[in-house]
Amino acid sequence: MRARSNKPIFWSLFGAGGMLAALVGPVLVLITGILVPAGLVLSRDTMGYDRVLAFARNGFGKAALLVVVALFLFHGCHRMYHCLHDLGIHMTPGRKAVFHGAAAAGSLVCAGLLVALGWGR
Amino acid sequence: MNVRTYVRPTTGWWRRNPWYRAYMLREASSLFVTLYALVLLAGIACLVQGRAAYDGWRAALASPWSIAFHVVALGFFLCHAWSWFAVMPKTMPFVTVGGRRLADRAIVAAGAAAAVGASLLVFVVVWATQP
Repeated sequence: MRARSNKPIFWSLFGAGGMLAALVGPVLVLITGILVPAGLVLSRDTMGYDRVLAFARNGFGKAALLVVVALFLFHGCHRMYHCLHDLGIHMTPGRKAVFHGAAAAGSLVCAGLLVALGWGR
Repeated sequence: MNVRTYVRPTTGWWRRNPWYRAYMLREASSLFVTLYALVLLAGIACLVQGRAAYDGWRAALASPWSIAFHVVALGFFLCHAWSWFAVMPKTMPFVTVGGRRLADRAIVAAGAAAAVGASLLVFVVVWATQP
């Protein structure tokens, strides 16, 4: 069997992550990083322990968290890896494995943590 | 034997031209997308450890350093979103409507409108369900 390129897989993950980051990235950063922690417009308790735990123990919440973390990681790592080339650190299979491996490891850790949280109502 | 090949220098080339600077700024958004994913991942890890750890993560998020980081990250996310939709006519397969190719401007506008719509939906759901 002819060896096939793994490029389409990583490009698809990059593309999906880029689309998700373009669609809802800014509003997520605004909500979770600025408005809720500062208590502006939105209550600080929006991200309280009980509420976020309930969200992360729900199937939809788990899927949303995993999709955001995994796709953002794959998008970011793929693009940073290509950006290194522009900075004079050229592409090698080893470096590629480090960046894509980091994204895959982060995604697996995220999935593991979400499973560890268990399922609730 | 040591073969000496010419290697084009790659330091500081982006300073030469405003287009190059814009390109590098756009690509730098990937660092902030990755860091933001790690911030969320840390939050999930703290959630697993329990209430005290999770409240520690929330306290860290409320620190001025974290807020400043997220303000900068928001700027890069907006830069990413804008450039992502701006190049969509080139990254997408041709779309034909009624035998004519859809205009580039329509594709960019549709992408931007989808982002505004999705963002408003997320914000309204969070706002309406806040305690």
